[in-house]
Amino acid sequence: MINKLFKLNYIQKEKIAGYSFLSPNLLGFLIFSLIPIIASVFLTFTSWNLASSPKFVGFENFANVLKDELFWTYLWNTFYYAIGTIPLTVILAFSLAYLLNRKIRGVVFFRTLQFLPSVTLLVAIAIVWSWLYNADFGLFNYFLGKIGITGPRWLQSKEWAMPAIIIMGIWKGTGYSMLIFLAGLQGIPERYYEAAEIDGANWWHKIVHITIPLISPTTFFVIVTTTIGSIQGFDQFYIMTRGGPSGATTTLVYYIFQNAFEWFKMGYAATVAMMLFIIVLILTLIQWHFSNKWVFDEGVE
Amino acid sequence: MLNKNTQNYIANFITYTILIISSMAVILPFVWMIFSSFKTAGEIWTFPPVFMPKKFQWSNYIDAWNALPFDRFLFNSIFVTVCVTVGQLFTCSFGGYAFARLRFPGRDKLFLMYLATMMIPFPVLMIPLFIIMQSLGWTDTLKSLIVPCLFSAWGTFLMRQFMMGIPRALEDAAKIDGCNYWQLYWKIIVPQCKPVFATLGIFTFMGTWNNFFWPLIMINTIGKKTLPLGLVMFQTRIAAETPWHLIMAASCATVLPILILFVIGQKYYVKGVVTSGLKG
Repeated sequence: MINKLFKLNYIQKEKIAGYSFLSPNLLGFLIFSLIPIIASVFLTFTSWNLASSPKFVGFENFANVLKDELFWTYLWNTFYYAIGTIPLTVILAFSLAYLLNRKIRGVVFFRTLQFLPSVTLLVAIAIVWSWLYNADFGLFNYFLGKIGITGPRWLQSKEWAMPAIIIMGIWKGTGYSMLIFLAGLQGIPERYYEAAEIDGANWWHKIVHITIPLISPTTFFVIVTTTIGSIQGFDQFYIMTRGGPSGATTTLVYYIFQNAFEWFKMGYAATVAMMLFIIVLILTLIQWHFSNKWVFDEGVE
Repeated sequence: MLNKNTQNYIANFITYTILIISSMAVILPFVWMIFSSFKTAGEIWTFPPVFMPKKFQWSNYIDAWNALPFDRFLFNSIFVTVCVTVGQLFTCSFGGYAFARLRFPGRDKLFLMYLATMMIPFPVLMIPLFIIMQSLGWTDTLKSLIVPCLFSAWGTFLMRQFMMGIPRALEDAAKIDGCNYWQLYWKIIVPQCKPVFATLGIFTFMGTWNNFFWPLIMINTIGKKTLPLGLVMFQTRIAAETPWHLIMAASCATVLPILILFVIGQKYYVKGVVTSGLKG
């Protein structure tokens, strides 16, 4: 009788098991995700330099951000980088995926090669590219010189520093997007192409009328995720230019870093971070909204 | 009209031409890095640049190693990466199992919260995280690089999705045989989850090994730095004239383990990218 009383029924057992299995994970989630998120909302209403205690300032930070000319310049820089990187990345990634989706020899070899930049640590890549971009001894200006162009001073030039980092961003990011395209392409049923061939379609017709329309959900996904990724870039800006020359490559994330960890303006930094969050949130919502509508649902074969 | 074979031949020719050109563009910075790592300082600072070093200066690697405490950096990097990877495999698979298989109140709401936090950018979290670390007195310790990273909403999500796809028949049979939940997890679920363990393991390993931003914020002391921080120190601290040949040597040595891991575990890595491009 007593035994029976103390014996937990299976539903309770499952509950206990569920919470125990989740607990280490949940603890991490609470301390390192949820609490920081809530805290960063609170921080936006404070002025705090870490040394003294935080001071409540209401919406002052938000007002200051909106008035801050630097904020708008750096917001533009952030979008400049994203807009510069994405179109070429998408076009190159799609083209490469298209070619690698053909049944030819050596596909795996080429795919691996194309993917190498994506897995290499950005710090090392940024360092190597700084050397390639060196205005006097760098390889790029040597090549440009060979075809009769005097190369710009790249990372030291206000006009060319951002394009230089953009070019590197394309080089680094293409492989990753290519893989996602490749998966998308493999989801397009072979019979569509066969049917088109019977109707006398050539390769160009097939790309324009079958591949591109059917791959559009993937394209959309790639565009949104690479946008989200690229507006969060930091390493390359820190290593290659430190946001310079004179702020030409300072992005929002870099500005957050400066505010928080160079000038110790925690509240202000959190407010700029909240702006970044709003942008990412909007992009994510757009993606969720459209991905439900646009998903091509033929089933992966 | 060309016949089918000729058409195919031309198409293949064009394909290979483009692939070879783009591969060369991809490989060039790597080759440049490798060759530069074997040059003398004189060969680095010449114009027009020489591509191949006259004589391979293997001593660059020793010099780079000795110029900064690289043994320390390497140890720190390995220690942090291994701890984070092993830790995440445990916490994420536990959490994934709970979400995928066990019924308890609040489960679905919690899972939705996990999903929602996945899109929050790191720069938003880093300021409060820094403050938490400071109040714990953990700044400038390796702990600060490990503990906050032991949990991953993305990893939990990945595990849960995979476990949802495993048929329940085997578990039901084991339950009838009297297995408890721990035994079900350890003996039935984990053996079937090897691919997703590999995927998450590789992702976490690479992500932690390559991580620069968080260590940059946390670490000040040279002895606590990881390899990426060490590389950057090289670039800024050593001398008036940047010793590019040594930096390239150090970069090669840092990049190599990851490339080897990638080539070995490529299958699983690709799976991770494809099943959820969310980590971008």
